[in-house]
Amino acid sequence: MTDFTLNRLTWRAPLLTAAICVASTVAALAQQTTEDPVSALGTLVIWIPFILKGFWLNFVMSVLAMAFATVTGVLLGFMQISPNAVIRMPAKLVTHLFRNSPWLVILFAIMFLVPFQITLPGGDKILIPDWVKATVGFALPVMANISEILRGAVMSIPSGQWESAESLAFSRRQTLIYIILPQCVRRMIPPWMNWYALLTLMTPMAAILGVNEALGNTQAAMEAAGARPEFLIPFYLFLMTLFFIFIYPLSIYTRRLERRFAAGS
Amino acid sequence: MITADNWTPDQPIVALHDVHKSFGENEVLKGIDLEVMKGEVICIIGPSGSGKSTLIRTINGLTPVTRGSVKVEGQEVHDPDLDKLALRRKVGIVFQQYNLFPHKTVLQNVMMAPVLVLRENKDEVRERARSLLAKVQLNGKEEAYPAELSGGQQQRVAIARSLCMRPDVMLFDEVTAALDPETVKEVLVAIKQLAGEGMTCVLVTHEMGFAREISDRVYFTDAGRIVESGPPAQIFETPKDPRTQEFLSKVL
Ligand SMILES: Nc1ncnc2c1ncn2[C@@H]1O[C@H](COP(=O)(O)OP(=O)(O)O)[C@@H](O)[C@H]1O
Ligand SMILES: [Mg+2]
Repeated sequence: MTDFTLNRLTWRAPLLTAAICVASTVAALAQQTTEDPVSALGTLVIWIPFILKGFWLNFVMSVLAMAFATVTGVLLGFMQISPNAVIRMPAKLVTHLFRNSPWLVILFAIMFLVPFQITLPGGDKILIPDWVKATVGFALPVMANISEILRGAVMSIPSGQWESAESLAFSRRQTLIYIILPQCVRRMIPPWMNWYALLTLMTPMAAILGVNEALGNTQAAMEAAGARPEFLIPFYLFLMTLFFIFIYPLSIYTRRLERRFAAGS
Repeated sequence: MITADNWTPDQPIVALHDVHKSFGENEVLKGIDLEVMKGEVICIIGPSGSGKSTLIRTINGLTPVTRGSVKVEGQEVHDPDLDKLALRRKVGIVFQQYNLFPHKTVLQNVMMAPVLVLRENKDEVRERARSLLAKVQLNGKEEAYPAELSGGQQQRVAIARSLCMRPDVMLFDEVTAALDPETVKEVLVAIKQLAGEGMTCVLVTHEMGFAREISDRVYFTDAGRIVESGPPAQIFETPKDPRTQEFLSKVL
């Protein structure tokens, strides 16, 4: 019974999107006047490889940012639960600073504070491409949130686990590694995946800073093809569909994991 | 004075002297004196909130004391320079809530500490773990996860896990209090067998029949003090203190 409703829910959204796509295509075709050399849809088809190339950069930025955010976020999270205040306090400060700042402000700050090239001690110059800076800018807020997720997961483990580990002569470090963390990973996966989805959806903000990702390329393509108003619907709809197809299965999977973990514990 | 260096097995294996413990303003232990000889089984009984758990947890250093001395084999437990690892391998504890590691199988639960902490040979530890599990009647459950077991079974795993460290003293803090009545007995049987083999045991329990049957001495605590202690027959049949009389009249 629930399965049936669930399946319907699961399939309704993509079907709706597909329907809108078809409708807009029809609308675009209808708008087409005889003197138009190429239809809006035809133009889109020509530019799809270019937009996909941009989307590849969104994907690369999201994966790299997530990897960076995971490593630094887990580190920060550990520092947050340290009994030593000298380690704990700075970690809390960094975590709360980046969790409570607008993403776009962080992005701008990174873009304009980090130099576009760095000079190595040997005199060699390394250029830092804008998309790398944007990746760091996206990673920072996610890092702060992963830090909180880790802290929260550790706190949610019953104190009896710590006590029995301590009674069995485990050190604090061993307790964390062998007993607490393995139990945290399970709890952390669904929120971690949610943050990945959110991060991916934020990557087009890089277009504002001139990074040639999917949104930037879509706009450039429309511009190059003559900037006709009837391009807007098919081009942007195509872009939305692209992100949708990538993110939606992920969010379904996350929800499924959440339910499984909720039922399992 | 008895220290870790001159302690001999004919001296108390556990010795508490004038132990005080406060949580903030709340003084929970108000001067506890208690001695346990090797191979002895003692039971601590008393109303809830009287400090029994706090008392038993000072013995393995889980709860630091505010004042007084706690010695295990002559070693001061609350010495800041104490080698905690050495103490914890000597003193095992089993809790009311079992506290098994839910992400590990029964066998892994039992093997973990000797392998990871004591760095003992894995095959030897496995042998020992299997025979301990057999001893607490859990053969065939080695690969099960804690969540698949009944409360009584989990508690017996917790006992085996503690024993796998080869402790000299075992502490039991109301280990049957969270169990269904039908699984209480299997846990008591395991403890009784252990006591029969000469293990030094300190038990906090509400099972008065069991306390009477198993213990060499019974301590009655009330409001952070030991009110009365003696052989079980004396405590249960002719309690001297009115507080003991009142408590026993309620629970027996
Ligand atoms: N960690 C703690 N922090 C503050 N108070 C505590 C703590 N542990 C125990 N207490 C208090 O100490 C008193 C005795 O508790 P406990 O030793 O658990 O008694 P018992 O085991 O006899 O029921 C209670 O009033 C309890 O609230
Ligand atoms: Mg208690």
